[in-house]
Amino acid sequence: MTAVTDRQKLSYIASQAADARVNVELETEGMTLNIGPQHPATHGTLRIVAQLDGEQVIRAEPVAGYMHRGYEKLAEVRTYPQVTTLLNRIDWLGSFANEVPFILAAEHLMEVEAPPRATWIRTILHEMSRVAHMILFLGDMGVQLGAVTPVFFAFRDREYVLDQIEAATGGRFHPNFDRIGGLKDDLPKGWIESTKVALAKVLSFCDEMEDLLLGSEIFQARTRGIGVIPPDVAMQYGLSGANARGSGIDWDIRRDNCIGLAYPELDWKVWTHPDGDSFARFWVRLQETREAVKMIEQLCDGLPSGPVMAKVPRIIKVPAGEAYVATENPLGEMGYYVVSQGDLTPFRVKIRSASFNNVSITPWIMRGVYVPDIVTILGSLYFILGDIDR
Amino acid sequence: MAEETTSTDEETPEEPPRDDRREEILGQVVEAMGDAVVGSHIDPGRDLWVRVATGAWGEAAEVMRNRMGCRYFGYLSAIDWMPSPYGRSMDSEVDNALGTGQSADQEEAPAGIVQGVAGGESRFQMLARVATIGTPGDHWGITLKADVADDDMRMPTWTGVYAGADWHERECWEMFGIEFIGHPGLRHIYLPGDFEGNPLRKDYPLVARMVKPWPGIVDVETLPETDQDSAGAPDDEGAES
Repeated sequence: MTAVTDRQKLSYIASQAADARVNVELETEGMTLNIGPQHPATHGTLRIVAQLDGEQVIRAEPVAGYMHRGYEKLAEVRTYPQVTTLLNRIDWLGSFANEVPFILAAEHLMEVEAPPRATWIRTILHEMSRVAHMILFLGDMGVQLGAVTPVFFAFRDREYVLDQIEAATGGRFHPNFDRIGGLKDDLPKGWIESTKVALAKVLSFCDEMEDLLLGSEIFQARTRGIGVIPPDVAMQYGLSGANARGSGIDWDIRRDNCIGLAYPELDWKVWTHPDGDSFARFWVRLQETREAVKMIEQLCDGLPSGPVMAKVPRIIKVPAGEAYVATENPLGEMGYYVVSQGDLTPFRVKIRSASFNNVSITPWIMRGVYVPDIVTILGSLYFILGDIDR
Repeated sequence: MAEETTSTDEETPEEPPRDDRREEILGQVVEAMGDAVVGSHIDPGRDLWVRVATGAWGEAAEVMRNRMGCRYFGYLSAIDWMPSPYGRSMDSEVDNALGTGQSADQEEAPAGIVQGVAGGESRFQMLARVATIGTPGDHWGITLKADVADDDMRMPTWTGVYAGADWHERECWEMFGIEFIGHPGLRHIYLPGDFEGNPLRKDYPLVARMVKPWPGIVDVETLPETDQDSAGAPDDEGAES
């Protein structure tokens, strides 16, 4: 009858709120977890802001840019030979593989072709940097899951490969060995023999990793079914390399779209895995390391003789034109879109790096996973921050 | 790679090399998009460029994905065709000695906008690449271009068609100032949040170069001790001779 007083209203609201409270108490409070910028699980300075509900990730947003050095802008004021020094520093673990596509693009525009011996040595060093890269990944993946031993093995055995790269190019991480029209130098004497010794070490390392990690129950439990990427999503995000092949996409630039390297003359196999989870990506990379060893052996045996440098003008001016050349670097499709206007410097270089696309999938893939899986997924996607930030 | 060898003799007038596969693809694109295709270029055995009208940029993504089967997203970026008003900053001693530098007196005025392959009319141009992943041997990629209107720097987003365009469009927005309509979160990706300007535009100066020119091959300042040594050197030589 009487109008509802304010007090009654308030008590009603309070009772409703109390009911709501019962429900709320069963839920957990949201929480924001910052991973990085300097977390050991991030290969460089990446930060991941994860919003958690209990143990579950609601949203994860990578924050890049801590290492942005503006290479695309710098390339516009440096001459073509000078640009390779920048490209070395994009992905410091497989830097030789980053020089190759840019040089190939410039060679295509200049209509210069490197001699066969240079092409073969390029392919050897390309695969050597893949092996060095993958060894670190195989060991590092253990660290992400709490196994510390594999990474010590990895650093030990990577030395053999880096020593060979150093013996040939003079640099362990920044070879700067490619020239437009060929290579700076020929291989030193006895290099091929010592490479074969190093390759045997790599193969035994692969076996060790298979015993230590692949067969381990903990490793399987932590990686199987974690971070599944269906092939269609992988293609939409432009995933390449072992990340795409781990999703069952049978595609490899070395086989399908090889430009200017010796891959079509080799006998090798593209490995894929249908599962698309973290385990599949690890497995594919392990097989690829062995495959790369096989390729280097074939290349060393069949190395053609001849010069390693074609005739090019002393001052390199690239005729006007545009070219996009990509190769399969250890992380995936590494491509350069080079625009030339007939100058000493490129007019514009668009660097299409593999990691940028590979990591752009993280907000999608992290939804609904559990906190320890964040590290597993990041480890298995395998990126280099310099490759994202450029 | 039999195709590849043909690409080198591109300019021989008697028999220009043809790339039937890419001609066929181009034909299909023209059929699907009609008048929206305003320019094209084929590099035989290597690559294919298609320039679409500004208004058809969003539609181009759908046609590429749904009708041409390009399910793989490569990258998305832009080109600023305006020549840099600051030149190439190639004025070190070495550059001048080689006769390649531009010292202040011989600096040539910017020649105006020169567009690249497949033509163009505006200062900024979108650049994107998608590819098919089909059976081995039938893998091809296509580079798409579109003019960005000078007075209205907005383009439709591709994120609805290719989810991976998200980061690329953020980068493009940040570096060139091209806005993407319908993008879910156009935030800075590399630069700090309060950064002003678009660094990859040609009229954005590369400040490091303006402060100190690129030294070229070797341009090392001598150490104090070596200065003394070299100062003493002529005397020694004089004493000996």
